[in-house]
Amino acid sequence: MTGITVGSLRPLSRSRGKESRRERLTPYLYIAPFFLIFAIFGLFPLVFTGVVSLFNWAPLQTTHPFVGLQNYRTMLGDPLFWKAIRNTFTIFLASTIPGIAISMLLAVVLSNRSLRAKNFWRMVLLVPNVTPVVTVTLVFGSIFGQQYGPIASVLQLLHLPSIDWSGGNAVAAQFVIAVMILWRWSGYNALIYLAAIQAVPDSLYESAELDGAGRWRTFSSVTLPMIRPTILFSVVTSTIGGLQIFTEPLLFTTPQGGANNQALTLTLLIYGQAFNSFKFGYASAIAVALLGVVLVLAAVNFGIARLIRSA
Amino acid sequence: MTTAKVTESRRPVSRSAQRSNRVARDLRRHHRTLGRGRGSRPRVSVITYVVLVVAALLAVAPLYWMFVVGSNTSAAISSSPPVLLPGPNFLSNVLKVQADVPFVHSLLNSAIVALSVAVLQIFFCSLAGFAFAKLRFRGRNGLFVFIIATMAIPSQLGLVPLYLIMSKIGWIDSLQALIAPGAVTAFGVFWMRQVIVGSMPDELIEAARIDGCSTFRTFRSIVFPTIRGAAAVFGLFAAMSAWNDFLWPLVELSTPSHFTVQVAIQQLRTNYQSIDYATTLAASFLATLPLLILFVVAGKQLVAGIMEGAVKG
Repeated sequence: MTGITVGSLRPLSRSRGKESRRERLTPYLYIAPFFLIFAIFGLFPLVFTGVVSLFNWAPLQTTHPFVGLQNYRTMLGDPLFWKAIRNTFTIFLASTIPGIAISMLLAVVLSNRSLRAKNFWRMVLLVPNVTPVVTVTLVFGSIFGQQYGPIASVLQLLHLPSIDWSGGNAVAAQFVIAVMILWRWSGYNALIYLAAIQAVPDSLYESAELDGAGRWRTFSSVTLPMIRPTILFSVVTSTIGGLQIFTEPLLFTTPQGGANNQALTLTLLIYGQAFNSFKFGYASAIAVALLGVVLVLAAVNFGIARLIRSA
Repeated sequence: MTTAKVTESRRPVSRSAQRSNRVARDLRRHHRTLGRGRGSRPRVSVITYVVLVVAALLAVAPLYWMFVVGSNTSAAISSSPPVLLPGPNFLSNVLKVQADVPFVHSLLNSAIVALSVAVLQIFFCSLAGFAFAKLRFRGRNGLFVFIIATMAIPSQLGLVPLYLIMSKIGWIDSLQALIAPGAVTAFGVFWMRQVIVGSMPDELIEAARIDGCSTFRTFRSIVFPTIRGAAAVFGLFAAMSAWNDFLWPLVELSTPSHFTVQVAIQQLRTNYQSIDYATTLAASFLATLPLLILFVVAGKQLVAGIMEGAVKG
């Protein structure tokens, strides 16, 4: 028998012969469903994306000619591809950076220990997060109408010119999309930050108090450094979410991301190329490029995390 | 016989464990108030409440606006100044939607998908979480790290091949094509492992082993009953995200009677040249209502779930 108690709960099993073999396999049986589902619907599609990207693949055709790296060459020369990358980044930045500030403000306010009706405030701030993205997009679309709706009325009241938010202006469309993302995620991230703030040991605050640190000083020299890992974690999750932005531009503008493709994101481009233009091969090449972006961002995040840890 | 023994030995232990947890928490709280000093603690300033009230209004106002638009006619919405109160047309708007797409049917489809995904995820994720938390096997840590790493991969990367696979097995345009890929997720396995590590003392499991429980028996009659609450909250998250899912259902569903509610609403958006907000937002309101009801019932637990996950993660 092996030295380690394999495949079973810690005690007892060492002494059992035949039964322990079955018991040894039990844990693998329990984790098998994940690996099975992931292999079929996660890993295989991922690998197969790379294969499809080498073909001129149309869904209704029976033969798919091999074209080598042609799709990648097309992609690098495609202004839409570069536009989509740029848009994905600007929308991500426009929603993440203000998002951190807003969520931090809410978390600090919520962390006040003498606050009344704590659970009520926390719940209200989480309401946007349970709202479906489709709903969020349509509601904000009606709020940011050009002629009608609350924003148009306010602009009219102030004798300002009306704005065609979803028309062709990049700043306007991306601003509204960033607002949608901010609305849906600020409360959620505030709760994450709040949990981190509450986990900071009290002794640190006591010593800050003894040292005569003011409130701002305590926040910037105690709270902020202590919850840095959590902030990083939320940035990582919003990076992953940011690369998936799709519903907002599709339903707020058009499947092309608006008249000037001003809201076209990478995921929307993949969707459009695959299921509107039926260029499976080309869409797969863009997906591989997106994977490249994911890996670069993961490396950057990892680097930042190490910097923070060593600081 | 073993069951009786097991439950006997389980109850007192878990209860006393709970009690000692509570005592520890009270002590900590007590210590905190002592440490910071009641007198020196800053009072809740007016600004705090101003910030919260403004934030709460901003959080709820768009949903209120959705109902205002959804319960008025298009003409009323485009009047100037705009209407700010709910109108009498909600039902007629919903009926208009139903005439366009099988909306009620789509609500049912979404419910089937959300419920199936939740049940499957609770079962498979807690089983895998249990294995990673309490069982020893070769490669455990490596496999767990692998699972966490898969969370970083955006799922839309494999969209095209997923479509090809589903066509190959004849699942395109079906609900099972939505359920199967969501039956067990990396996030769920990670979450349930954290829950089991945090709430199941090893001694309890050892006691069950001594009583002769098989591993599955231990899971079924000891581990699962203990984590039931956390599993329910997790199931709620899973159901909500299945209900909200959009990209994949949009890609694979084509027959209107198979639409999920999000796809049905999207169809309203594309059926018209310019969007008719009164009917579209009436439909959106109905699609959001079940989530809001669930939220009123279990919002406190969802808040706690997110915050606990944040500390452990």
